[in-house]
Amino acid sequence: MFGFSKGQLIAFLLMVAAVAVAPFVFYPIVVMQVMCYALFAMGANLLMGSVGLLSLGQSAYFGLGGYVCGYLVQTTGLTPELGIVAGGAAGAALGVLFGWLVIRRQTIYFAMITLALAQIVYFAAVQDINFTGGENGIQGIPRGALFGRLSLNNDLAMYVLVAVIFLAGFLFVHRIVHSPFGQVVKAIRENEPRAISLGYKAEQYKWIIFILAAALAGVAGATKAMVMGIETLSDVGATTSGLVVLMVLLGGIGTIFGPVIGALIVVGMQFYLSQFGAWVVVIQGGIFMACVLVFRRGAIGELAYRLRAAL
Amino acid sequence: MMMIFGKPAPLLFGQLLLGIINGSFYAMLSMGLAIIFGLLNIINFAHGAMFMVGAFVTWGLFNYLGIGFWPALILAPLIVGAFGLLLERAFIQRIYKLDILYGLLLTFGMAEALEGLSTNYFGSSGVSYDTPDALSGVWNLGFMYLPVYRGFVIFAAAIICFSVWFAIEKTRLGALLRAATENPALVQSFGVNVPRLIALTFAGGVGLAALAGVLAAPLYSVTPDMGANLINTVFAVVVIGGMGSIGGAILTGFALGIIEGFTDVFYPPGSAVVVFVVMAVVLIARPAGLFGKAA
Repeated sequence: MFGFSKGQLIAFLLMVAAVAVAPFVFYPIVVMQVMCYALFAMGANLLMGSVGLLSLGQSAYFGLGGYVCGYLVQTTGLTPELGIVAGGAAGAALGVLFGWLVIRRQTIYFAMITLALAQIVYFAAVQDINFTGGENGIQGIPRGALFGRLSLNNDLAMYVLVAVIFLAGFLFVHRIVHSPFGQVVKAIRENEPRAISLGYKAEQYKWIIFILAAALAGVAGATKAMVMGIETLSDVGATTSGLVVLMVLLGGIGTIFGPVIGALIVVGMQFYLSQFGAWVVVIQGGIFMACVLVFRRGAIGELAYRLRAAL
Repeated sequence: MMMIFGKPAPLLFGQLLLGIINGSFYAMLSMGLAIIFGLLNIINFAHGAMFMVGAFVTWGLFNYLGIGFWPALILAPLIVGAFGLLLERAFIQRIYKLDILYGLLLTFGMAEALEGLSTNYFGSSGVSYDTPDALSGVWNLGFMYLPVYRGFVIFAAAIICFSVWFAIEKTRLGALLRAATENPALVQSFGVNVPRLIALTFAGGVGLAALAGVLAAPLYSVTPDMGANLINTVFAVVVIGGMGSIGGAILTGFALGIIEGFTDVFYPPGSAVVVFVVMAVVLIARPAGLFGKAA
């Protein structure tokens, strides 16, 4: 089912079980954040893992999704599910535009340009106070009622919605990677000139992946805004872009469970180390360096290598 | 009052000055980035952090050791350059054989760690550094007032940029560097210690960032995020100018600083993004940048 191998299916069932148990063991808000960031990281991993493009501007789509969802839900009374869809659509639309600009560029150029484009979005968010609330952000976003009926004010109700979005997103990404489309993308990554000579329009495939990553970031940002009831500049800033890259790197580039584990570690670290203030940033930087120097496969990548299985 | 394009002349000249000053820093930083990229094939994401460290070292030299601005102009780049040498030997040299993106990620982590450390020690609001006595005061140029220190920064930046350009394009050492950029194996076979050359190049590039940091210390407040704020713009400058061209990096740096200054006069909200917008336009028209070769 969904192209899972036996090992992957076991891992997936373990993950579903963990998602089901987690809100009774940990603080539900934190677990919901983990799932939002995991969704975000899965999108970034599509780019980094499947196409081999490192974007340093993913926060643009994440933040835009959050702002669009928060704004619409708060001012027009849109129901939460439509708000999240709108956030995803906004992320995808921005991905169409920015993707068109950057998709022909390679490696470091791609990284720097995505970073610079994200800066435009950041400064726009700082200045367009009517839409984003500037420094204050959009505060007090009401969670409302799902389909206008089921109230989400209870954390557990919200948790179920987030869990459904997260698991659906997970299966969606897995399905994409293992579809004929995903195989072509993989071929392009392995040997682009050859894929082109076989008649595949490499740029269009990469562009679609870029848009998908942006859409996932938009959905993740919108969902997070609904969970927290607030959307601020930090979600659209460069630090968030760095954070999501760290999650992918830490979990394992190109693995399907890696982004989830990466998000778990990074969010957990921020939550439990928040008392140490700026040391969190130092530790994050240190982990970044350690990952690059000695731990390039990432947690899941390393595990998969030891077990000789694809995870 | 004299008006130009419907704006008061002093305002226009003031912004032009500000633009040239910002452009000086863009030029100095993007030049260092271009040098490091040329030889190490690494985008030094920690460049902004090194700029920041340079400013803090300048502050520390004065507040802990009583060493003033002028010696700091020499000492701070040396200290930070030595620190860069250490980083290169300890970390960066391990990843030369890997995908180019790992260098970016490694230095990204470095920048984060350095910024976090300085936030811990100095707080996020940072410290301030007084303008050296010899350079305080204001010149009256007739059409505008020029604070002496600002004039000095522009003058110093122009000299630094020219010297570096000259050293790389016109001297034997520069020729060696350029040769090692083109074909390290061949240069090594001629008896040049290429790994040492690479390490020293990194130290030199980082020292340049620190030198810019010294110049910035009396001008801006010295904060842990001063480099991070600047480096994103500098990356855009590098993309616009095109990788690998030192002269291009310098010209683009100054030009974009000036464009930014003027945008602030005519459309203030646009000044923060104009560099990035220019970048997008340049990319559509000339994907390799204004001075770069196709990449």
